[in-house]
Amino acid sequence: MAEDRGGGQAPALQLLSVRGLEVSFATDRGPARVLDGISLDIAPGEVVGLVGESGCGKTTLARAILGVLPAGAARVHAGEIVFQGRDLLGESPDVVNDRVRGRAITFIPQDPFSSFNPVFSVGTQLMDLMKWKSPRREGGDGGTRWPAVLQRYPRARYRADRASVLDVLRAAQIPEPERALGRLPHEFSGGQRQRLMIAMALLPRPDLIIADEPTTALDVTIQAQILRLLRQLVKERGVSVLFTTHDLGTAHEICDRIVVMYAGQEMESAPTEAFFRRPAHPYTRRLLESLPSADGVIRDIPGEVPSLIDPPSGCRFHPRCDYVTAACRAFLPEAYAVGVAHDVRCHHPLAAAVGSVT
Amino acid sequence: MNGGETLLLEVADLVRHFAVRNAFGRRVGWLRAVDGVSLTVRAGETLGLVGESGCGKSTLGKTVMGIYAPTAGEIRFRGREIGRLPTRERRKVAKDLQYVYQDPGASLDPRWKIVHSLHEPLKIHTRLSRAQREAEVQGILRAVGLPDAHLDLYPHELSGGQQRRVGLARILTLRPQMVILDEPTSGLDVSVQASVLKLLRSLQETFALTYLFISHDLAVVRVMCQRLAVMYLGKIVESGDTRAIFKEPRHPYTQSLLAAVPRIGGRRVTLEFSLPGEPPNPRDLPSGCRFRTRCPLVKDVCASEEPPLREVGGHLVACHFA
Repeated sequence: MAEDRGGGQAPALQLLSVRGLEVSFATDRGPARVLDGISLDIAPGEVVGLVGESGCGKTTLARAILGVLPAGAARVHAGEIVFQGRDLLGESPDVVNDRVRGRAITFIPQDPFSSFNPVFSVGTQLMDLMKWKSPRREGGDGGTRWPAVLQRYPRARYRADRASVLDVLRAAQIPEPERALGRLPHEFSGGQRQRLMIAMALLPRPDLIIADEPTTALDVTIQAQILRLLRQLVKERGVSVLFTTHDLGTAHEICDRIVVMYAGQEMESAPTEAFFRRPAHPYTRRLLESLPSADGVIRDIPGEVPSLIDPPSGCRFHPRCDYVTAACRAFLPEAYAVGVAHDVRCHHPLAAAVGSVT
Repeated sequence: MNGGETLLLEVADLVRHFAVRNAFGRRVGWLRAVDGVSLTVRAGETLGLVGESGCGKSTLGKTVMGIYAPTAGEIRFRGREIGRLPTRERRKVAKDLQYVYQDPGASLDPRWKIVHSLHEPLKIHTRLSRAQREAEVQGILRAVGLPDAHLDLYPHELSGGQQRRVGLARILTLRPQMVILDEPTSGLDVSVQASVLKLLRSLQETFALTYLFISHDLAVVRVMCQRLAVMYLGKIVESGDTRAIFKEPRHPYTQSLLAAVPRIGGRRVTLEFSLPGEPPNPRDLPSGCRFRTRCPLVKDVCASEEPPLREVGGHLVACHFA
């Protein structure tokens, strides 16, 4: 597998390809280096889980891809975000807003309770989305840029859009979709609201959905329903998903491939089964071991997550790692393959995983 | 503790209803949050109370703690009925029976330094001198694994895991016998969760504590609790030895709850099975068995008769078909 060094397939096959992204945030005590040379690929139709503990930068990466980093505080120092062959960081914000965000890339938020406007009916909010982001709307409004309020919603397109809204609501198993459009958000339960969010994310017929911990606010039996529905809907439509979560169990249920991040660096990327059976990075193994296990033994990871203002040199996990050497303190190696589609960035990958390369 | 035969807490037919009022303050119904729950906690053990949000597990914990007055039923702590004590008497019980809130960040005063929060319970409940209090606080702080330097910090300067440690230190200064833990690890990352669970175990050993462990996370409950009670809409549907329940759940709700938990390394459970529907509104409960609207085994008898808790295969189950 030596020819696989550098990891992954040719970039042309990828829907999204993040390369060496570096983002910092301004804080009172100096810049916090939140993303430190992150690379990530998503193939068409692939569900990729982005896991890591809070503060590891997974939400920042998701926001960078959507182009909604806070303008005053965040700075992109290096890297590119290539989506369908074009670098989003190089495009003008108007083009990204018109053609990409909310159309080719959509978003499912973590908290379905605060993501709807409480004073408008669900139907109004869904149709408002369709007015601007419907797949029937021709690419933007050319050069004219009328103020938004002056643009009308053509009657024929409205009717066609409304029919597809009802179709998607039916697919998302919302009971009585016609009546649901007339209801206010508070009339739906948490699980129903998350179904509505999923429907909204699917409506513009996107190529990529970014889902930010969409089930953490839900109970286990409802979570199981939502995960099942989401996976079924995206697989039917061939939509790619970037699913950020800190819950490894959820990632196991829904993802084809899992990428684990630690303190702004990506550590390992592996197909779901290999990720759980043969983790190659010492951090991944420690993380898996810290899950409550049936034998009743509890194992934690000694030490604390480092400060991003003054992060450790080289591999940011080295102060907590059992296998640390001088090389770890000096630099973080590039990703290299230890198995089929299984890449790791570590000087001392675990033997079990390396042994599996045949 | 050996044997574990002494009952520390006995709850019998406990009921806590809340009035539902309309915009004019007129009562339009009752929300039956806890509706006839009986359970016992033995000295030195950890009893897990699990269920989904809205099942009444936190209300039960708060009623036992005296935050809510019981509508009916009995709460006996160390053999003494504490549900209806006058306020002054009830406060004294708090020294031995303590409650850890779900969100420790919100339960610490943001304008107080940690040292102030830790001294407060000792000022209220004991007559220790300042020097004695300081010695006590230092000892507890070491037990929960926080450095002395943290005494001079404010709550917002601590991480979520550290805030939980402070919350635990705060109640341990009084050396309680029993602690009610309300979702002690919700919202924590897995590695932090592991260290908090480890800490809870070592504290239980050091201070001979008894825990009532309220959680929705079955994986956590499995490693922490000797016995388990599963709640659904204000009632206990199954209770018994944790290992026995995990090995052979008898109630269809427990079965589907266990089936919904992702099992890492195995097959994808949620793709094969998920419990349909959502819990009904607790203001408008179904007749008979409360689980019948979602139950795969439902028959006519479920709508007419409420199944009592009865012993099946070594644990208690409330189902006609267990």
